[in-house]
Amino acid sequence: MPPLLDVVGLTRAPFLRGVDLSLAAGEIVVLSGRSGAGKSVLLRALSDLDPIDAGRVSLDGRDRATFAAGAWRAQVLLVPQGGPTLAGTVADDLARVAALTRQREHAATLDGAADTAGLSGEAETCHLSGGEAAGLALARALATSPRVLLLDEPTAAMDPERAAAVEHRVRAWVSVPGESRAALWVSHEGSLVERLGARALDLADLGAVSR
Amino acid sequence: MPGPPQLDVWQLALAALLVLANAGASLALQLGLGRQLLVASIRAVVQLLLLGLVLDVVFSADGAVAVVLLMLAMAIVAGVEAVRRTSHRAPGLFGASIGVVTAVGMAITFYGTVGVLGIETWHDPRYVIPILGMILGNTLNGISLGLETVLSGFVEQRARVELLLSFGATRREASRDVVRRAVRTGMIPILNSMAVSGLVSIPGMMTGQMLAGASPLIAARYQIFILFCIASGVALGTVGVVLLATRLLFDERDRLRLDRLTTLAD
Repeated sequence: MPPLLDVVGLTRAPFLRGVDLSLAAGEIVVLSGRSGAGKSVLLRALSDLDPIDAGRVSLDGRDRATFAAGAWRAQVLLVPQGGPTLAGTVADDLARVAALTRQREHAATLDGAADTAGLSGEAETCHLSGGEAAGLALARALATSPRVLLLDEPTAAMDPERAAAVEHRVRAWVSVPGESRAALWVSHEGSLVERLGARALDLADLGAVSR
Repeated sequence: MPGPPQLDVWQLALAALLVLANAGASLALQLGLGRQLLVASIRAVVQLLLLGLVLDVVFSADGAVAVVLLMLAMAIVAGVEAVRRTSHRAPGLFGASIGVVTAVGMAITFYGTVGVLGIETWHDPRYVIPILGMILGNTLNGISLGLETVLSGFVEQRARVELLLSFGATRREASRDVVRRAVRTGMIPILNSMAVSGLVSIPGMMTGQMLAGASPLIAARYQIFILFCIASGVALGTVGVVLLATRLLFDERDRLRLDRLTTLAD
């Protein structure tokens, strides 16, 4: 069986040269590396938000080029640093994202996402704290059922309690029986690997250009 | 009816005395604008006299080629100028602007003159040149406002646009908010001037026609006609350039390519 997400020789100048990486179903990989080494660059490239200079990326053995761009990004979903939100209220934000998923085979219900994030639907997104926004970003992402989650320091702005809840939720989401899911989690926190039962990788070992 | 006074050189010199009022203000308040004022005045004199000269040649040449060449030159200058006033550049931006301005300016000018006014010679410079000029001048403003707003909009709203792209939005869906705001901004000046026209200012063309001896009622009708031409030029031009600029910033995989954008220093 092919790995869920397979990356071969991914190159994006000036940060990444010949990165090989694969994620198996049910697996969480914690990716660490120096600040500015290109961890976020790698996640953006995997989600096809930035072009790459060379390399192959595939999902379930199927090459990325055979996916429509939007379909790929929705399945190999980036949760960017800082948890950007859409204009208006939390409910507006979720409704807009839900409308985008309606064109797909399985429309997502994001009704519960505000509760999951511990937020009121009426809250204005521009007034959320960093931790709240990050919580919303994660709840929103999980509710749209991607295959691979690319998490860019999702708990950096959270208090320990909220961070623990997020760790638990991602762990549970990856291990739902019958689903084939995985997460690539960028973090500087050494103890995270153990708490998540994850595999640890350092970007420097993957082919990041050291400068 | 007698025509307007011919305005000889001495009369213009008398008019130039009015500029002394500005010079006096600059001197009294130590604004240091004397040099700029002089340069601006001389520029205006030279440019307008040159324009008069060129138009005189074109008007008397009585041929379609000269008129169309002049129209093209005007449209190209307007297209370039619209982009030059914004603080961002992207490959293809000048081409997009020139193309849209030329197409929109020509189409509306001929629709207005040949289609609506029913002028006998389609290339009669007395009609097509000033009407094109008025459409271009306003369209240029709409486009540069729209361009500035759409390009800085993508820079500022990048996180939101990419959030939508991440959830499967096409470039059209992801850029909708930025595009709408830009088009709306580009339309503000012409909507304002339509709203106050006749109340606050007597528009330039109406003034000109009345000076030339036309009845105010006819001049008003012409002004309405030209306002509609201008408004559609601004709308079509702004929408066209904003959409093309948006297209230039996305690639074939619907990625937002801000790396194609260079921002000029102030």
